[in-house]
Amino acid sequence: MNAIDLADHPPLLVARGLAYARNEEPIFGPFDLVLDAGEVVLVEGGNGSGKTTLLKVLSGLLAPTAGEVLLNGATLTLAKLSQQVALLGHLLGLKMELSALQNLRFAVGLGGIRTGITPQIALAGVGLEGFEDQPLRLLSAGQKKRVALARLLLVPAALWLLDEPYANLDRDGIGLVNRLLETHARRGGAALITSHGAYAYTSGTPRRIGLDTGAAGIDAQVAANDGTGPASA
Amino acid sequence: MNALTLWFHKFGSPPTFYRVAGRLLPWLYALALIAGAVGLYGGLVVAPTDYQQGDAFRMIYVHVPCAWMGLFAYAFMAANGFIALVWRIKLSETLAIASAPVGAAFTFITLVSGSLWGKPMWGTWWTWDPRLTSELVLLFLYLGVIGLYNAIEDVRQAARAAAFLALVGVVNLPIVHYSVVWWNTLHQSASVSLMGQSHISGSMLWPLLTLAFATHVYFFASVLARSRAALLSLESGKEWVREIALASTAHAERAHV
Amino acid sequence: MRPGSTSAACRALVARDLALASRRRGDALNPLLFAIIVVSLFPLALGPEPAVLARIAAGTIFVAVLLAALLTLDALFRSDLEDGSLEQLVLSPHPLSLLLACKIAVHWLTTALPLIIIAPLLALLLYLPAPVLPVLLIALVLVTPLLSLIGAVCVALTVGMRRSGMLLTLLVLPLLVPALIFGAGACNAVQSGLPYAAPLLWLGAWLVLALVLAPLATAAALKISLT
Repeated sequence: MNAIDLADHPPLLVARGLAYARNEEPIFGPFDLVLDAGEVVLVEGGNGSGKTTLLKVLSGLLAPTAGEVLLNGATLTLAKLSQQVALLGHLLGLKMELSALQNLRFAVGLGGIRTGITPQIALAGVGLEGFEDQPLRLLSAGQKKRVALARLLLVPAALWLLDEPYANLDRDGIGLVNRLLETHARRGGAALITSHGAYAYTSGTPRRIGLDTGAAGIDAQVAANDGTGPASA
Repeated sequence: MNALTLWFHKFGSPPTFYRVAGRLLPWLYALALIAGAVGLYGGLVVAPTDYQQGDAFRMIYVHVPCAWMGLFAYAFMAANGFIALVWRIKLSETLAIASAPVGAAFTFITLVSGSLWGKPMWGTWWTWDPRLTSELVLLFLYLGVIGLYNAIEDVRQAARAAAFLALVGVVNLPIVHYSVVWWNTLHQSASVSLMGQSHISGSMLWPLLTLAFATHVYFFASVLARSRAALLSLESGKEWVREIALASTAHAERAHV
Repeated sequence: MRPGSTSAACRALVARDLALASRRRGDALNPLLFAIIVVSLFPLALGPEPAVLARIAAGTIFVAVLLAALLTLDALFRSDLEDGSLEQLVLSPHPLSLLLACKIAVHWLTTALPLIIIAPLLALLLYLPAPVLPVLLIALVLVTPLLSLIGAVCVALTVGMRRSGMLLTLLVLPLLVPALIFGAGACNAVQSGLPYAAPLLWLGAWLVLALVLAPLATAAALKISLT
């Protein structure tokens, strides 16, 4: 029955034996993961465990040294990217000279927009009402992060790849990220987030994967699949 | 997969290449040395003195083979760069990068020998002859490829970037050449062309061809030797390199005892 | 959900880069100032005789424009790389070469077009004969996009490096030799009463080739540098 399920609805994201090496020095892996729609997975690992590189490989920015990434059952390459993946890295991809609204309009132009939302609504959704026309350089680091999160609300990507989404955020901000993730999962989206452990995704029962060893990753995945699913309504 | 690709994959695997190239190298060096000695003897001693240019013409025996090699090495580098970019074959990356310094050296020798020849012929060390100018641009292209390769930390990324630059250079080289020729006709002052319009006699030609052969063989020997060294450092973590290292230390210890 | 169209993406990119350029108006003055300084150094070095200056005027202006363009090339992708926008461009589902073509076009508009506009002033400083000026302007209109396009390929190859200035010069200049030869050559031909159409046509042909190939090459080079 499982096999039929897989054939009909391939999981959103599958990583098999994924590894990346620079100058023959392994950065991470082998890493295995199956991510279904409606799931949120937290990848934990200390500094230098390869979390950022993992997200770059999963997004298609870096080609893996070994293994493969399947997005909706098809091999992921940079050439075949559709508007299904949104990456939020350490660098937010925002222009400091421009206003929050200008930045979001550009993001929408580049990535498309979901139905029933506007940049203004998205900004209000991340608690930045009234800051629409401020140049970004006048905002605090946390507020800039919120603008970047507003981009996720706008673009129609099913898979979110968030690198340290909790960094620079206050208690309210952490709650906001958790709420966004929950809503996204409830709508049938999925997210992979990284953390070095100081902050945590608290709501629901997220799957956790340790990146320090590949074997732990598989164990965690098996354990998570045995237990109840994440907050998928 | 056809036979050619299969052969390429087999020979292209670093351990096989290392072994085969290691066996070829002494023969190639010997061949280059013998052909070079014969060619130089023929060119510098046997060939008759040119009735117009005197003994200075003998510079062509160094200049012309090196000029040919400068272009040939660039073509070889670009072809390997193309293979490296399209099929992502590690050996081609290594070969492309290995040929850059060798080609640059040949181009440099071409410039220096051309300038040495120019002093008695034209009465000046340098003249903006279209061929010399193109050669100078070629040297800059080589230096760009080498500089780019050395500036990027990740070795394989560096090789791909340098290979790409070599390909961009290939597209541009004909344009550079024709622009320089046109520019030269606009500014031309009378100059003797290096090879002359006259036919070259057989006794002058065979040493030239022998030397061209010798430089080709030397080029391949040098590229193979450089590639072997590069592959060792590139694959330093792999099993086959460890075996070679162990074998050579064991050999050294035995020699010591 | 409404996936964005490629033309919308290009429009958004052009609008953003133009807005950024208008915020950084001071930067646009740098190449102009640089070109004027380079040009005004020549009379100081060679003496003020109009005959001498008129002979070297076109060549000097081309060299000054080339160097000024080189000065601005480094900034083509720099800020996009530093704030992560470049990653977003590469990850966007639209053809990267088209997006980069838009970026190059805006770069040309904001850095090269002002240089062409002040070219008559530079010509005045060097006593360029009046009949040569139209040819100079046409040649500049053909040469400066070539500088931006071919420069973009080289910038894309050096984009990740911290100090790429000297290397970039080494990569770009040999590729731009024909632009200099044909551009300045056309002006020199007019000045000595020779036909000047051929070099301009060559430049035009080369520009068409570069317009097609350079954005593709820039995209490929950028993917090599980032991945």
